[in-house]
Amino acid sequence: MKWYQKVLHFIAHKDKNELGIDLLVIFKVIKIKLTNRFREGLMGYMFISIWVIGFLWLTLYPIIMSLVFSFSEVSMPGGQGLNLEPNGLQNYINIVNDVQFITAIQTFVVRVLIYLPLSIIISMIIAILLNQKIKLRGFFRSVFFLPVIIASGPIMATLFGSGERGGLLSTTLNEEVPQQLALFLPEFLAEFVSGMYTHLINILWFSGVQIILFLAGLQKNNKEIYEAASIDGASPWESFWKITLPSLKPIILVSAIYTIVMLSTFPTNEVLYRINVTRQSSFGLASALAWIYFIVVGIILGIVTFLLAYEKKVKAKKQNMEVKR
Amino acid sequence: MTNINWKQVQSKTKRFLFGMNFMDGFVFKFIIYFLLVIIGFVFVYPLLVMLSFSLMSLEDLINPMVSQIPTTLYFNNYVDAFIALDYIKVFFQSLVVTLIPAIIQTFIASLVGYGFARFEFPLKKFWMVLVVVVYMIPPQVYLIPRFVLFHNMGLLNNIGSVLVPTTFGQGLNSSIFILIFYQFYKMIPKALDEAAQIDGASRLYIYFKIAIPLSIPSFITSFLFSFVWQWNETYQTFMFLGDGWQTLQTRLAIFVSAAQGNQVTLVEAAQNEAQAMAGNILIMIPMLIVYLILQKQFIEGIDKSGITGE
Repeated sequence: MKWYQKVLHFIAHKDKNELGIDLLVIFKVIKIKLTNRFREGLMGYMFISIWVIGFLWLTLYPIIMSLVFSFSEVSMPGGQGLNLEPNGLQNYINIVNDVQFITAIQTFVVRVLIYLPLSIIISMIIAILLNQKIKLRGFFRSVFFLPVIIASGPIMATLFGSGERGGLLSTTLNEEVPQQLALFLPEFLAEFVSGMYTHLINILWFSGVQIILFLAGLQKNNKEIYEAASIDGASPWESFWKITLPSLKPIILVSAIYTIVMLSTFPTNEVLYRINVTRQSSFGLASALAWIYFIVVGIILGIVTFLLAYEKKVKAKKQNMEVKR
Repeated sequence: MTNINWKQVQSKTKRFLFGMNFMDGFVFKFIIYFLLVIIGFVFVYPLLVMLSFSLMSLEDLINPMVSQIPTTLYFNNYVDAFIALDYIKVFFQSLVVTLIPAIIQTFIASLVGYGFARFEFPLKKFWMVLVVVVYMIPPQVYLIPRFVLFHNMGLLNNIGSVLVPTTFGQGLNSSIFILIFYQFYKMIPKALDEAAQIDGASRLYIYFKIAIPLSIPSFITSFLFSFVWQWNETYQTFMFLGDGWQTLQTRLAIFVSAAQGNQVTLVEAAQNEAQAMAGNILIMIPMLIVYLILQKQFIEGIDKSGITGE
């Protein structure tokens, strides 16, 4: 027996080894009945314990600390240890004067409002296109998924960066394309169109995972349902609205949450940039910024989840009522 | 005679163009392919711009006539970027802080996912909701105190600052992987476990000998995504690893910001940008190779692992 086999053996036959007996004795002493249910709960907690410890230690504790930071003046005298001085709401009051942060938040919210529906609609359309009987489906799918593999912070920044951190695409498209479009379009329209193009590429690059999710959802649908519908005289258009869309509802919710979280954590995000810059000078203020951002993202997630999941609940209630009658 | 022929031809072309119910006709197919090709081009366009830019020589960069396609293939940008990134050495450094966390993260996610899928215990719903919530919290909320915590523990600027969070299931997007495994393990029939239990296997034995071998596809998918996401991650690596353990991404970021710091002329700026593009492509190449070889596992893994189930 090799050592790891011994370890596995030891773990696997716990009831027969010393450890198992010890546990039994302990439980007898503190008078806990070793019911099957208790044993199962214990095993369950054994499996998830590493996550629970990590959550308490590396996520919950830091979250609480960050809340404390946001209400205090944080300094690191001599780079050793932390010095916290409570200063009430001062950090939050300072945010009101941080124009750059407020505009960043506004840009973020507007971006989510535009990108979220577009991203879901576009990825659904692409998934439907891919779901037709076509050759080269695998090839197209691989192309559409490609950005997920290569989209890292620096690459997104060089391509789509905006403002002071201008990206390659935004400069070429925003300078060259408008000039050419301006020849036959009014200026503001030209700028709008070229801006839309950059945004469109950006949205497409964010949609790789959603496309695959929708495609997986579409492929779960039974062919027979569509055949039955078409025999009953439903056009493809009708069966999309009556069959396909309702079956995709849970996936819409998952994709929406995924999109929001990705937009809120992506490195080209202006808000993260502001928080990062602030972090260099003041931990307290940066924590306050992060909390405000957290609340904004939370509200967006809440509203979207409510909108997408609400209808389902109402329908379920109605059905319940009908059953009761 | 001619009249009948004409009608036949007409109906045949109609059948060819629109099919029996439009969905299988030529026009429909053509529209689908046309749209797919256009969308595909839009997807690839940024990469093409990047590639052509990185291949431009100094003359092409200055020349206003050359805007998209370089006149000659000029590889010196790549050579410069290769040297500036210290590519081979830093590549292996990146690989270490990508590969090891990816393996650990996948294993831990499977462990935790199994716990959630297979056992009934008090507060289970509560912890599961927390797993999802952790995914939704912007990392900036907890990163600063975590930074201080790691600073006090002496983990900053070394690989420990990456390994500790992943080991405790708090790494990059760990929640997604936990949910992937949760979904998968819920699909395995419980009868399998019961049969093994009757034969005298303990729960851990079942996990190692039955659950893990069954979930190899989920392992592959999770590992690949973990690997790619860790490779592309810059924010946290930059914060925790800093200069102590450079990766290709941080190295490139330093190179770019240094180049922006001492720009003198527009020409030099353009040249720096071309080199940065070359650097970006050099960083992409390993992932592209992985993707080319394992694209099936990437994409079909999402279907099979059943994220869509919920």
